[in-house]
Amino acid sequence: MLELRGVDAAYGNIQALHQVSLRVEPGEIVTLIGANGAGKTTTLMTISGLVVPRRGEILFEGKPISGLAPDRLVRRGICQVPEGRHIFAELTVAENLDMGAFLRRDHRQVARDREQIYHLFPVLQQRRRQPGGTLSGGEQQMLAISRALMARPRLLLLDEPSMGLAPLLTKHLFEIISRINKEQQTTILLVEQNANLALQTADRGYVLENGRIVMHDAATALRRSPAVQSAYFGI
Amino acid sequence: MEYFFALLFSGLTKGAIYALIALGYTMVYGIIGLINFAHGEMYMIGAFTALIVSSVLSIYGLPLPAILLLAGLAAAIWTGAYGYTVERLAYRPLRDASRLAPLISAIGMSIFLQNYVLLAQTPDFVSFPRLVPEFAFLEPYSAIITSSGLMILVVSTLVMATLTLVIKFTRTGKAMRATAQDRKMALLVGINVDRIISLTFVTGSALAAIGGLLIASHNGQINFAIGFIAGIKAFTAAVLGGIGSIPGAVLGSYVLGLTEAFATGYVSSDYEDVFAFSLLVLILIFRPAGLLGKAAAEKV
Repeated sequence: MLELRGVDAAYGNIQALHQVSLRVEPGEIVTLIGANGAGKTTTLMTISGLVVPRRGEILFEGKPISGLAPDRLVRRGICQVPEGRHIFAELTVAENLDMGAFLRRDHRQVARDREQIYHLFPVLQQRRRQPGGTLSGGEQQMLAISRALMARPRLLLLDEPSMGLAPLLTKHLFEIISRINKEQQTTILLVEQNANLALQTADRGYVLENGRIVMHDAATALRRSPAVQSAYFGI
Repeated sequence: MEYFFALLFSGLTKGAIYALIALGYTMVYGIIGLINFAHGEMYMIGAFTALIVSSVLSIYGLPLPAILLLAGLAAAIWTGAYGYTVERLAYRPLRDASRLAPLISAIGMSIFLQNYVLLAQTPDFVSFPRLVPEFAFLEPYSAIITSSGLMILVVSTLVMATLTLVIKFTRTGKAMRATAQDRKMALLVGINVDRIISLTFVTGSALAAIGGLLIASHNGQINFAIGFIAGIKAFTAAVLGGIGSIPGAVLGSYVLGLTEAFATGYVSSDYEDVFAFSLLVLILIFRPAGLLGKAAAEKV
């Protein structure tokens, strides 16, 4: 579904990605783990079109997409929940959801999807007239994911969804991520610092170090790998 | 008492014009954080466009209300095109540059546009036709209220109400607010941010053009430099109300207009600007974010 081939990306003179290659198959949850500053966010930003790769190719459903404007990528079905949630603080919860469906014209289906979201997250319905900025961290994360779902993504990019959330909430969130993957057949590329949790949820994983992919395997295999255990599980 | 009401009315009229211009400052600032110093020029170009169009139309002998409407429409569209072009040429290439670069570019644009109109038109004041018909029902109150003044109040109120509704309820309006709050996230939900920014410039310029037409018809004369002082005043009003905030710009404009009118009326017209800018200094000392502005720290 998504394929990166030898992607280099840089901010000015600082190269953040070196020859990154990865694949995500339809229906999978793939996770990208690595330390702070390894290039995980840059990888997602490159896929979303906010960072233009210096070299390499990005294919989505077999077609090259590198260099396309972000709105064109959303139109093709690639949506991202960025790190730090980026809720539109002064827009109401309902308006935030509307913005997720910004490019959609099938208004009836949008309304039905909104109901479904409210069903999935009743707290969002209770707070639909409140400004997004007044929500708690956990609620904002629910809203951020819901907003992305309102676009009916084929590929959902999640950047550090657990950041700043209490452990119990994180667990709940990852259950929801699994449900979205299974029930809506949404393919997910998940970036996480909490490698253990990410590998429990994902089918496959890639390990990023200093902008390079150093390892990739089935998630269960990566969890057993001594190198991953010592570097990312703190054991 | 009649004097008081005359001053009140003149202050509201001034405030309404300032508001039409200040909205452009505040919308552009809200969305790209730029003080568009060329914005006053849009008001001036709007007045000149309206002059040219209304002169041509009056040759054909159209009735006054039709001329007013068509001249207003033409001024708004043509000036909107100027706003679009200025952004494309002078600001967009500098979008990722330091904040100072587009600011200087804006000042350059302002000087360029003034001199361009000076060369293309004339350095002198030219008289502007009275496009607003005299309303008979206002005759008993002629010492307080003029028909062009009333027209300013009515038109600006309608325009501002429409703008507010558009921004609050339409898809594009929500996209504008979203872009102003978080440009990166706006890109990620698929908003064409460049188009929203262009639209903001076009809207702001069109509003300023309507202000230019109304005040030109009220004052009866225009020249190439009218945009400068009006622009500075409207900018003051926008800062007074809290730059970036739309209700703030409107409130700030009325406060400024009324202050000027009463200072002129009860003290001396020489002190009009002294009072206006003293008010600005006071507000900046005691409420640096403006009357309705939020503390800058909120924008993380």
